[in-house]
Amino acid sequence: MSGMPEISYNFAYLDEQTKRMIRRAILKAIAIPGYQVPFAAREMPMPYGWGTGGVQVTAAVLGPDDVLKVIDQGADDTTNAVAIRGFFEKTAGVATTTATTQASIIQTRHRIPETALAENQILVYQVPIPEPLRFLEPRETETRQLHALAEYGLMHVKLYEDIARHGHIATTYAYPVEVAGRYVMDPSPIPKFDNPKMDDCPALQLFGAGREKRIYAIPPYTTVRSLDFEDHPFKVQRFAKPCALCAATGVYLDEVILDDKGGRMFVCSDTDHCNTRQAQGHRGEMAAPAGEAA
Amino acid sequence: MNATLPSDDAPLLVAEGLGKNYGTRIGCRDVSLEVFPGEVLAVVGESGSGKSTLLGLLSTELAASAGRVSYRMRDGALRDLAGLGPAERRLLMRTDWGFVRQNPADGLRMAVSAGGNVGERLMAVGWRHYGNIREEATDWLGRVEIAADRIDDDPRAFSGGMRQRLQIARNLVTKPRLVFMDEPTGGLDVSVQARLLDLIRSLVSEMGLAVVIVTHDLAVARLLSHRMVVMRHGRVIETGLTDQVLDDPREPYTQLLVSSVLAA
Repeated sequence: MSGMPEISYNFAYLDEQTKRMIRRAILKAIAIPGYQVPFAAREMPMPYGWGTGGVQVTAAVLGPDDVLKVIDQGADDTTNAVAIRGFFEKTAGVATTTATTQASIIQTRHRIPETALAENQILVYQVPIPEPLRFLEPRETETRQLHALAEYGLMHVKLYEDIARHGHIATTYAYPVEVAGRYVMDPSPIPKFDNPKMDDCPALQLFGAGREKRIYAIPPYTTVRSLDFEDHPFKVQRFAKPCALCAATGVYLDEVILDDKGGRMFVCSDTDHCNTRQAQGHRGEMAAPAGEAA
Repeated sequence: MNATLPSDDAPLLVAEGLGKNYGTRIGCRDVSLEVFPGEVLAVVGESGSGKSTLLGLLSTELAASAGRVSYRMRDGALRDLAGLGPAERRLLMRTDWGFVRQNPADGLRMAVSAGGNVGERLMAVGWRHYGNIREEATDWLGRVEIAADRIDDDPRAFSGGMRQRLQIARNLVTKPRLVFMDEPTGGLDVSVQARLLDLIRSLVSEMGLAVVIVTHDLAVARLLSHRMVVMRHGRVIETGLTDQVLDDPREPYTQLLVSSVLAA
């Protein structure tokens, strides 16, 4: 590599042996849906909590022909998304996109795109805390035992506490799910609004936790059930108004504070979905009139 | 109290030649005993005599260095507990057994409400109806004399006596057949202790529980137990009916133990 003017990286930053190690963990994770596979996570050139797990999984599954989309809280233009997209443009030279339908790999933080995913796509989640039982049972040896024996009564204690304190299940994100009728899994901090999208999804879903050194997966077309009580069934959030920019209903909305006088708007958290709809001529109540849109 | 013993005379729990070594030191050795259904067995002795080690061995929390413990399952078969798989053993511990610890913080989830604490075992055995779990928890809080409006308070807001009663409710909610108690009244003041003993005694007779209770307090043993074993230096030195051992101790050490109590 001498003589090259710039630092060059192996394709997608990680060396081939590391990628092989991660791929083995991914294969095992796919073979045992919802099971947390330990892997030797590497130091990445970004701080923990910024998606080091997701980046390593993406690097391991990325090929030169892939088209990568990175979203952070649904948006393609937020810091984390821009940084990771730039990282793979620089280290792998792959094509990137913001259009959900054109991407073959989507790395995400905190959301699943509104557009339904397809069989040829992989969704990679960035996971801060992979263990759903962590805040109830601090001992790792014990949580492993609980998973091994499928003793998940404790998870319902958490939901019980929610109802006892708030009158309903107040967990709104990282809502625990049961995968393929066996392992209880933390779906990463996505809103529970997105939980139903994981069920029977045609795309492969991979979860990477860098600091905790765990990889887990949901293979395509796997049953994913959100835990609940018979008399308090699982429900997703509902929004009173449609998106203020594209008038979409049945999507997850972000609240944007406009001023200090109580002004606010609710807009799609999925920017690609919102832009696509606006381009198709849908106009919400606060959108610029057609023709003036930037 | 023998009149309350059920007619079933097959033992529920059998220990044969139990021993436990901590390195070269001896926790307990060569302990053999039987616990019958509906019977309260007290294990007494001074600090360091191996009482808690014995309780740990009987409840399979500790692995024995020698000997074995067998338990009569609900189907009537006597099974060696060391031969149970971890899944079976854990199921046994959260359905058929209870363990009331001296320090309630060890036996309770301190950050979970009283109702959640009582409901945990129910959820662990598959209850998935919030209303039913809550109803059962409320009922049990009533039985251990905790006001129903405290159901959503967590145990940190409870007094020592209440915590201990909550721990008992949490253990009895799945209607176990055998309960281990490690100094359940230790650290409580005398009047609270008396009420707790009264409560334990009525629950035990009402539910026909078998109990192995470890205590250094001979008054507790006299009040609760049918039979007792006296331990010293890791060995059982005397066994017998509670009245017999306390009123007519045979071994010099037991005589010393009994005579050193102020009005047992």
